This record gives sequence, C-alpha cells and structure tokens, in this order.
Amino acid sequence: MTEMDPAVERLVFLMSTGLARGAVLALFALSLVIVYRAARAVNFAQAAMAIVPVYVAFAVTSASGSYWLGLASALVVGALLGAVVERWLLRLVPQDNPLPGIIVAIGLVMVLQAGLAIAFGPDHRPVHAPFSQRPFDVGGVSVLSPYDLFVLIVAAVVMGGFAILFNRTSIGLQLRAAAFAPETSRLLGVRVPRMVTLGWMLSIATAALAALLLVPTGLGLDPHAADVLFVNAFAAAVIGGLDSPVGALVAGLVVGVLASLVTGYASAATAPLAVLALLTVVLLVRPHGLFAAREARTA
Amino acid sequence: MRTTRSTARSTAIAATMGLAAATALSACSTPAAAEVPGVTDDKVVIGTHQPLTGPAAAGFASISAATAAYFEYVNANGGIHGREIEYIVKDDGYNPANTQTVVRELVQEDEVFAIVNGLGTPTHSSVLDYLDQNGVPDLFVASGSLTWNQPDEYPNTFGFNADYVTEGAALAQHALDTDPDAVVCVLGQDDDFGAGILQGVELALGDGEVATNQTYSTADQDVTAQLGAMKEAGCTHNVLGTINGFTALAVGTAAQMEWFPKWHVSSSGADYPTLAEYLGEEGTPALEGLVSVNYLPNSPSSEWYELFSQINEEYNDGAPYTGNTTFGMSVGYQFAEALAAAGENPTRESIVAAVESGDLGGNGIAPLTYSADDHFGHRTVRIAVVADGAQDFTDSAYEVSDAGATAVEPEQAPLENEGIPATE
Amino acid sequence: MRTLDLRSGGAKLLLRAGLLTLLALGATFLLDPYRNYQLATSAGVFAAVAGLTLLVGLTGQLSLGHAVLMAAGGYGYALTATWVADALAGAGGEVADGVVGWLLPLLAGVVGALVASGALGLLLGLAAARLRGPYLAGLTLALVIALPSAASTIPGLAGAQGISAPFVPVPDALAALIAVEQWHAWLAILVTACAVTPLVALRAGRAGLRMRAVHDDETAARLAGVDPGRVKAGAFVISSLAAGLGGVVLAIVTQQVSPGAYGLGFSLLLVVAAVVGGLGSLGGAAIGAVLVTLLPWVVDQATAGLPADLGHRLQGNLEIVLFGVVVIVVTVLWPGGLSRLLPTKKLSQNTQLFQNTSLSQNTER
Repeated sequence: MTEMDPAVERLVFLMSTGLARGAVLALFALSLVIVYRAARAVNFAQAAMAIVPVYVAFAVTSASGSYWLGLASALVVGALLGAVVERWLLRLVPQDNPLPGIIVAIGLVMVLQAGLAIAFGPDHRPVHAPFSQRPFDVGGVSVLSPYDLFVLIVAAVVMGGFAILFNRTSIGLQLRAAAFAPETSRLLGVRVPRMVTLGWMLSIATAALAALLLVPTGLGLDPHAADVLFVNAFAAAVIGGLDSPVGALVAGLVVGVLASLVTGYASAATAPLAVLALLTVVLLVRPHGLFAAREARTA
Repeated sequence: MRTTRSTARSTAIAATMGLAAATALSACSTPAAAEVPGVTDDKVVIGTHQPLTGPAAAGFASISAATAAYFEYVNANGGIHGREIEYIVKDDGYNPANTQTVVRELVQEDEVFAIVNGLGTPTHSSVLDYLDQNGVPDLFVASGSLTWNQPDEYPNTFGFNADYVTEGAALAQHALDTDPDAVVCVLGQDDDFGAGILQGVELALGDGEVATNQTYSTADQDVTAQLGAMKEAGCTHNVLGTINGFTALAVGTAAQMEWFPKWHVSSSGADYPTLAEYLGEEGTPALEGLVSVNYLPNSPSSEWYELFSQINEEYNDGAPYTGNTTFGMSVGYQFAEALAAAGENPTRESIVAAVESGDLGGNGIAPLTYSADDHFGHRTVRIAVVADGAQDFTDSAYEVSDAGATAVEPEQAPLENEGIPATE
Repeated sequence: MRTLDLRSGGAKLLLRAGLLTLLALGATFLLDPYRNYQLATSAGVFAAVAGLTLLVGLTGQLSLGHAVLMAAGGYGYALTATWVADALAGAGGEVADGVVGWLLPLLAGVVGALVASGALGLLLGLAAARLRGPYLAGLTLALVIALPSAASTIPGLAGAQGISAPFVPVPDALAALIAVEQWHAWLAILVTACAVTPLVALRAGRAGLRMRAVHDDETAARLAGVDPGRVKAGAFVISSLAAGLGGVVLAIVTQQVSPGAYGLGFSLLLVVAAVVGGLGSLGGAAIGAVLVTLLPWVVDQATAGLPADLGHRLQGNLEIVLFGVVVIVVTVLWPGGLSRLLPTKKLSQNTQLFQNTSLSQNTER
C-alpha cells in the first residue's frame, strides 16, 4: 500500500467529516422546509423545540440504558411538541403577516431555553454515540466513522421516506395541497388545519432527530446546543430554496463541507463568517434559492 | 400634528415613569461612607464577579464557593487583625456587560474594599479601567492573561494564575525534555488564552517550530476538523490551551479516531475529576499519561490539600473536591495573607504595597514573585501527570522568563499556623 | 392630516425634546451613582430600541441583529475616539489636558460610530429592500451569531477581549458638583436625545407616511410614486444610526466594547423591549428599555435570598422566561403593548400592524 500525500489525506478527512456534519444540517434544513411547506412560515423556535425532545431522549436513555428507546421517545415527544405548539399557540397568532409569528417564536425560544436551564442547570451533559466514532481506514486515509455512516444512512432513509410521503401517498398530496392552495383544498374536502398540524409534527420530529444526531459529536447537551445548527440549517434551507427538500439536502451537504474545510484550513472563527457570506450572496444574487422556488421572496 | 404631540407626550410620560421607578429604587440603601471603603472595626468587605450561571458556570461556579468556605474558616478562627472577611460573590454569567454592572454595584452600592479574583479575561477586561480610575485594589484576577501585568497603567491590578505564556513554555519544554524528536502542535481557544499558550510554546521551541496551530471557538462544539488536521500533521505532543470541556472533547475525539498522542494541557483545562466526568467510564482511560502544569498544591500528598479538604467538608457542605477547590481556597489564603500584611488598619494603598513588597509567600509550589515591576506571582510551574487514574505532581518544575523555560527544583511553600496567615 | 407643519411643528418638537432632556438631566440629581449608571445604560438601550421599534412598527422589517449595529457603533466610537485622543496626546500636553482633550475625541467618536453603524445598516438595508420578513430576520440572526467570529477575525477588534474606549472625565467646572457617573448619565441622555428626536420628527413627517404606505401596500405605494426598496433601505439605515448611537452611549459609560456584551440574548432583549413597549411607539420603547435593563437586576435581588442552587438556576433565567411569556402574551392578546397605557393612542399607528391581520384571522381557517 502506498503512502498518501498528507495534504490529500487531510482533504479527504475534512470532506468526509463535512459530509457527515452536512447530513445532520440537511436533516435540520429539511425540517425547516417541511414546516415552511405546511404553514408558509419559517419557524424561528426550531432549535429550542428540537432540543426539548433531546433532553427527553437523554433522560430515557439514562434510565433504560437503550439508545434506541431514547431515539424513539425523542421522535414522539418532538411530534407532540409540534402539535401542541401549533394547535394551542400559533393558531392564536395572525397568519397573513409573518411578523407576529416570528415574534411569538422568539418568545417561545426564550421560555423553552431558559426553562430548560432552570430545570436541568446550565451544564453540558456529555452524550455518547451508539456507534464507534473511529474513522475507517481506507488505503491509509481516514474516512467516515461508523457513527458518521449511521448518520448518513438515517438522513438518507428519512429523506427517502419524505420523498415517498410527499410524492406517492394521499396524505402527502393533501399536505402539499393544503399548503399551496388552502381554499381550493378545503372545497375539495382536505382538512387543512389537520394537515398543518401534521406538517408541524413531522417537522419538529425531524428537527429533534437531527439535534439528537448532532449532540454526540460536540461538547454535550445544553439548552443552546442546536442554536448554531439552526442558523447554519436556515442558511442551507434558504440556499436550497425554502420549499425544496432536494435543495435542503444538497445545500445542507454543501454548507457542512464548507464549514469543515474552512475550519480545517483557516480557523474555527472563520466558519460562521463563511456561512454568513454565502447566505448573503445567495439572498442578494439569487433570492429564490438555487433550486427553483415558486414564490418570489420580494413582496 | 396630532402624532407629534402624542408621541412627545407619551415619551414624557414614559420617561417620567422610568425615572419614578428608578428614584423609588434609589431610596433603598446607601451605607454611610467609611473612611476606608469596606473596612470597619470588625469587618472587611470584598467582592468578586464569577460565572454562577450560563455556559461557563459548569466549569467555574465551584471556585467562589471554595473561596467563601476558606474565609468562613478564617472568620471562625478570629479573622485577620480581628476582622471578619465578608466575601460578596456576584454572578456575571461570563458576560462582560453583566460584569460592568455587578462590579459597579459592588463598588458603589456595597462599597467593597477590593475586588478579589474577578474571573475571566473578556469579563474582567471590561472593568479594568473602571477599577483603576476608582482606585479599587484589583487583586488576583482569575486568568492568566498578560493584560493584568501592566503596573504602569494599572498599578492596582494583579493576576493570580500562572500566566498563559509561562504555562505554554513549560509544557512545550517538558515535551522536548522527554522526547527530543517531539513534533509539537497547539490547539487553543481563539482568544488570548490560546494565543498566550502558543506564544509560550514558541518561546520554548523557537519561532516556526510548531507543526500546526489549531483553534476552536467556544460557540462551536465540535473539534473534529481541528483534530483531523493535527493527526495528519503527524503531531506527537499536543499542547492544549483549552478549558476543561474542550480538553475532554479533544482527548475524546482523538480517542475515537484511535489516535493517542501525548497531551500537554494548561492548568485551566486539566482538572482530572472534571475531565473524567466529561468523558465517562469508557472515555476516561484516554486520560492516562496526560501531562499538565500547576502552581498550586493540588496534590493529595500535600498538607495544604489535606487542610483544604477538611475545610471543604466543614464549611462547603462536602462539595466534590476538584482543582477548583484548591484554586478557590488558595486565592482565599493569598488574599488573607495580603490583608494580614497590609497592617492593623489596612488601606487600599497599604494592601497594594503589601502585595508589591514581595513578602507574600503564598501556598504555591514556589514562592510568589509579586513585585512593583511584576504583577504576576506564579512564574514557576510544576509538571503533573495522570497515572493509574490519579493525577499527581512529578519532580520536575520549570521557571519561565523571557529567555525561555528552565528546569528548577520545586519549593513548596510550607503550611503554618493551620493555614491562617499570622498577624504580628 | 398627519403631515407635519414643518415650521411650527418642528419648533414645537424641538422645544418638547429640549424640555424632556432637561427633565431627564435634572432627574440625575435625585439618583445615587449606581442608579445613574443604570439610567445611562437604559438610555443607550432606549436609543437602540427606538430605532428598532420604528423599523418594525412602521416598515414591518424585523431585525434580530440590532445588537450588532450597536456593537458597530461602539467599535466605531472606540476606535475613532482612541485614535483622536492619541493624536492629541502626541500633539502636546496643553491641548490634550483641556476641554478639547475629551470633547474632540468624543465628537470624532460619534462620527466614527455613525459611519460604522450607518455603513453596516446600509448593507443590511440593501438586502432588506429585496427580502421579506423571515429572510431578513434569518440574515440578521446569522449576523449576531457571527459577531464573535468577526471580532476575532477583523484586525484591531481584539477578539473576545474587546477594545477600550477613552475615559471621558468630568469637566473641571463641574468636578466639584457631580460624580463621574452622573456626568456620564448626562452624556448618555444627550446622545440619546440626539438619536431619538430625529426619529420622532421622521415618524411624524413625510418619511413616516411613506414607510407606512410601503408597509400597508407596496403596490399601491409604488403606484403613488414611492420607491419601496429605497424607503425600506432608508428606514434600515436610520434605525441603524440610532442603534449605533446607543452603542456610543454604552461605550462612553463602560469604556469598553466587546462582542460578549452584544450577543444573541441581548439582541433578542431589544426585540422584547420593542414588542412590550408596543411596536412603533417611541414612548413604549422608553418603558421597554427601562424594563429590560432593570428586570434582570430585580430578579437577582429577589432570588438572592433563595438557597444557592435554586437561586443560581433562577438567576439569569427567570427573567428570560418572564420576558418570553410577556412577548407571547402581548403579541397574541394585547398588540400595542404597554404603549396602550399611554394616553391618546386611539388613532395611533401602533396597533395597525396587527389590526388588519386580526380582522382577517378568522377567515383564514
């Protein structure tokens, strides 16, 4: 076996790490896309709402010893939280103007994150991955660990599942119809409010899954663990086009790889600036996102 | 027209309401001014700013509790010059804006004698000028930034920690001394902590001899890319300018990569019990052989450690004993010593003079070095290693000057008078 | 009907602004140094909230990043003022010792702050002109998250440690009369007055009318010859300048600018202050600013007596929960916020933002 050039090894390592992080980003971006398609709104409370189920998963895993039980409970709690927030809070908010919804979401972020800090303290709680994080050695080059592979597979399965749901099932059809033409859908017998709630449930469950996958790669679980994930995923969702699941997937991977490369070659401090610059450029040059959206973003 | 008037009026009402509220609050308390602020016949009031809440609280909140426990111990044994020490701890959440508020509250409302052990570089930097202008002794700042060592500009400010450059130089020199072929790399926080460690490493190795310097920011919680770069650079010895959480993250991430280089870690991020808690049972073995430096008697074999453990049991509700406990109690001892040396009727001038006199011995692994020209006290650090799940000192120590790090014999300050500074 | 008769209206406005400022200056004599410090801090926050509430209330553009605009003002002030002060010190002792020694750096610093915050505001405004609500909110959010990175990447900003701003001493003539905190409160009140008075005039004038027209119906506004993009960008710049002056106030009072003081939490508090006070209401902004400055302190006092563990958990968090609840309640149940408590609000535009929306709300579902 020949020795690889260290520079190439490093590039491959950074790319593969970036892909794994990008998969989590893509999943979170997808959750933003789902809620946008269902309710025509960007949910600014997504990070806080995603981290609540992760705390539940953490508690369940600690109590039962089973990662999978924790994961399942996170999905259930995420879906419930989505339903509760949509039914009992956001329905009270005027819908034709995005502003009140965003402001209420910010209030919700404050309540949830500070509430978690009061309940669980500010400490980072270390969370361990269900699979080894040791990268595979391929021809002397470190690429993807089993855990990275797990993340990628989960992301692929979820994406595939949503593709089938949206394109091949009656529920998916109703979801899309309710979002794009609520009045017509209602006339045709679609229960629009129910579809909006379903969209929120799917979205928050997906976001919780993404946050759960992210936490073992970082410092640990704390109320703000998904904040940066949200900002990067928002950038990815916008770059991909807010109502394009394919766009979220591609842009999520791109942003993940970009952040990894910038961190590795420049510095950790440069990564948020790179994401901000990318977001600004895309918003100014191609505000519809790279994957055609139907709706102009300038009113 | 109507709009203008209504706005102006509403502004007036709002302003009046705000002022009324503020005035009502102001009626609370204004203690009568003493001749020396914070010093009465039976009490000395001092204050500090510490992160008791927020993300930094996890790593540091136990320090001030330990300091307070030590002062209780001193007070229970008659205080210093017959005065009890009242230690007011204010929470700043590691946010400079809060630091500015709480320190003003301490100085103006609580009228403290001195600020002792204010924690953090960005936080304490934000009140440095304020304390200087108000002539408040700013003793033993809990950070190793060289900022505190500017006697000409800030004559009342003294650092507590061994400065970061000293630690970096000693850690790198130790790497060279144990392995002449060492490929030394640095992972540092992207502020003056990481920069100081890097500067020290370069002081010991020579410029351009660091194989790779990686940084992280506390906002992002993933160092995989950095560790990958260091691994590919062939690093054998990684000097870390990291806080505990990120030390654990770096060691854990490397272990997950099946990479086991030597770790040489600053005292600010090398507390074994804390690291072990972060890494959990499976991760802890990766800490074996971890090298760090310390300047305080943080070793179970030390008599200071024994005394502090007892005080911790008695006055701190038996909180878990960590490096923070040693740190907090040592700060308390050092302040008590300075107060004792400041004379029977201490003034703000006399306590600053006492520290600068060079007569303070401290409780460190080498005598304190404070002087009129040097506002840092710990220029010598001792190497500690984790072996068989316990962290303890080795016999090697380094003294650092502008020329670099030189190996010296450690010279532990003795424990006298049951850890209560004598007043004569 | 709403247009301002410039001559008499302008004079009256200035008179009122002058009276209010005098009232506030007089009030500083009633306060001890620490309250004067709190008053000065509230004044700085008020300037930024006033800019924000105008932006959101009149044009419907939500910025989550006004803390960064304050920071831009603070950095601009600190860098320029330090530079001028150093130049004066180099020029010779006599000039540097007198009134000029602090006044010139102060004024230059204010100009520097206006340039820095105005330039950043213009960039954001250009983006804002093309973007609807959620996109602008997201962009400004990304900006706040990137502030610490920017501070450690841009040379001269000194990373997390921040930079210091020159100390503004009490002038000799006043030195016997007032303490430095009171003097700084005076400066804070004056700078804030300079930031807020133009906003009052603007809101009442033609520009305010244009902003409301664009917000209500862009197409109609365009037909009436108003360029929506230009109005939106202009509103953003004006709002940024006010925030920048707020940053100047905090830099004068604290002599320090660092990214940690302008984080996401603080940025969201500015939004809270604007919402609680009632979007679009400058009087409400004043109440909101006092509230977000004082409530954390009140909560700290209230929790001080609790057991340490519980107290530490509540400190710094309890007020955030309260703010969050209040923001939700105000937005859902009580649009208009505390400004409703203020008289003569019936025809005000404060509630307009939500009026048409609440009418159409029921038909939506």
